[in-house]
Amino acid sequence: MVENRPWLNFFSHFVLFLGVLIVAFPIWIAFVASTHPPEALFTNPIPIWPGPDLVKNYSEVLGSGISSAGGASVAVMLKNSLIMALAITFGKIVISLMAAYAIVFFDFPFRMLSFWVIFMTLMLPVEVRIVPTYAVVARLDLLNSYTGLTLPLIASATATFLFRQFFMTIPKELIEAAKIDGAGPVKFFVDILIPLSRTNIAALFVILFIYGWNQYLWPLLITSESSYATIVMSIQRMVMSAEADPQWHLIMATAVLALLPPVIVVVAMQKVFVKGLVETEK
Amino acid sequence: MEQQTPYKHKFLPYLLVAPQLLITLVFFIWPATEALMQSFMVENTFGTASKFVWFENFSYILEDEQYLHSVQVSLVFALATTAVSMGLSLLLAVMADRVVKGAQVYQTFLIWPYAVAPAIGGILWYFMFNPSIGILAYWLKGMGYQWNHQLNGMDAMILVVIAAAWKQISYNFLFFLAGLQSIPKSLIEAAAIDGASPFKRFWDIVFPLLSPTTFFLLVVNVVYAFFDTFGIIHATTAGGPANSTAIMVYKVFNDGFVGLDYGSSAAQSVILMMLVGVFTLVQFKYVERKVQY
Repeated sequence: MVENRPWLNFFSHFVLFLGVLIVAFPIWIAFVASTHPPEALFTNPIPIWPGPDLVKNYSEVLGSGISSAGGASVAVMLKNSLIMALAITFGKIVISLMAAYAIVFFDFPFRMLSFWVIFMTLMLPVEVRIVPTYAVVARLDLLNSYTGLTLPLIASATATFLFRQFFMTIPKELIEAAKIDGAGPVKFFVDILIPLSRTNIAALFVILFIYGWNQYLWPLLITSESSYATIVMSIQRMVMSAEADPQWHLIMATAVLALLPPVIVVVAMQKVFVKGLVETEK
Repeated sequence: MEQQTPYKHKFLPYLLVAPQLLITLVFFIWPATEALMQSFMVENTFGTASKFVWFENFSYILEDEQYLHSVQVSLVFALATTAVSMGLSLLLAVMADRVVKGAQVYQTFLIWPYAVAPAIGGILWYFMFNPSIGILAYWLKGMGYQWNHQLNGMDAMILVVIAAAWKQISYNFLFFLAGLQSIPKSLIEAAAIDGASPFKRFWDIVFPLLSPTTFFLLVVNVVYAFFDTFGIIHATTAGGPANSTAIMVYKVFNDGFVGLDYGSSAAQSVILMMLVGVFTLVQFKYVERKVQY
């Protein structure tokens, strides 16, 4: 601190406190709504303090689901979301590590071409080319399958790029030393490079898990069977049905369940996530 | 771009890049090429035959008032979201940089909207602004304003902007805070000794030194508002009322899957891809420059 200005310190804390309040408010209201019986949410003003039905509401969505919205159990959706998020996260990290390793440490004819082909994918989010990508997946007969849900999202220019940036900072002497000690390319990769990338991998894990868990448009199109539905995409259907049959207490319980896992991951791994995010993307 | 390539091996490098390249080719390059080809074609009403029409699809959408409207909506949405989110985050980051005690706690409470899916964030705000039971709509009514995002296009736009900006606060906050913390304290102390007030110090020293971070975040936020906010729009307003929140990414989806107008949708995809290309180049140039030193 440069100088002591008590009123300014107080003002800073006040602004930060207000900021936290604004940021947290939507989640609080969602949580409160998920603990009330449906009648409490029929007319304004709705309550802003928790009610008595927490256990009842959550066990209802996790068990039988919301009947007016197709009736799929939220427990099944959570399972599907978890499968999708983990498959995308691990898939991306593994194939990006491999590709970055090849591009940085090997001399082969199509090295730069490979880099640019992979880099181009950075430019094309799914949303932009959604219709033809859907057509390709339909033609490959991958609709309503975990493969169709995850495989098209596994190629990642971002992760490859980050690993490439990191690998380029590794001193030549380290590789020379490994070579002198008789370590071949595979041994160098597995025993030296991957352990060195630990922090980057951990940071990417957080970022990619959130990316995978929060996918919306892709699962919405790929899964027409409710047994493959993910929780984030299902919320929209529940809200649409809420116009006719207001089940806001159950919808908000589902929303809380949908945002909890990625939030837990971020808060639990806050340090490595913040460090990784700010350092790698800069 | 100087690189070290110490290993030579006949097939190992190909094996290593194969999975990534294969998925890229099948799920990225192939659909993108298809979109490019389709953008030059028109299908007949039954979808049984298509013919090559040069730039007809492009000239059609560029003259289409609805398309031009969606471009305008996207710009308004992106600029408003970026301004609101970056403004709030900068304020919070400057305050967090000032306080010594509790900065970590504030950070914990400010970062988690980053983890909330755009669609879920949209639903949370949609619920609070719900004209009949939303708590914010109720408070606004108490202040004499009849909020209704289902009928009023302006209200709908404000709703999606708030939801989109809310989610992005964490990201901007983290980068602004890191940027602020990397400014040498000696500069600020020197200015303080010269009698510059905190406010003056911020505008004359801190803000100019922060400009690389600000520029980077500007690009990231515009890209986010253009391409990552589909979930917010689709789950809440569905582009309505009367297309007042139909951003370009939403229109590509809507024309392709609901309107089944593939030629137009593909032409829109191609335009968006070019747009992403421009943004990525700007970002890439910046990233490379930062990495060089």
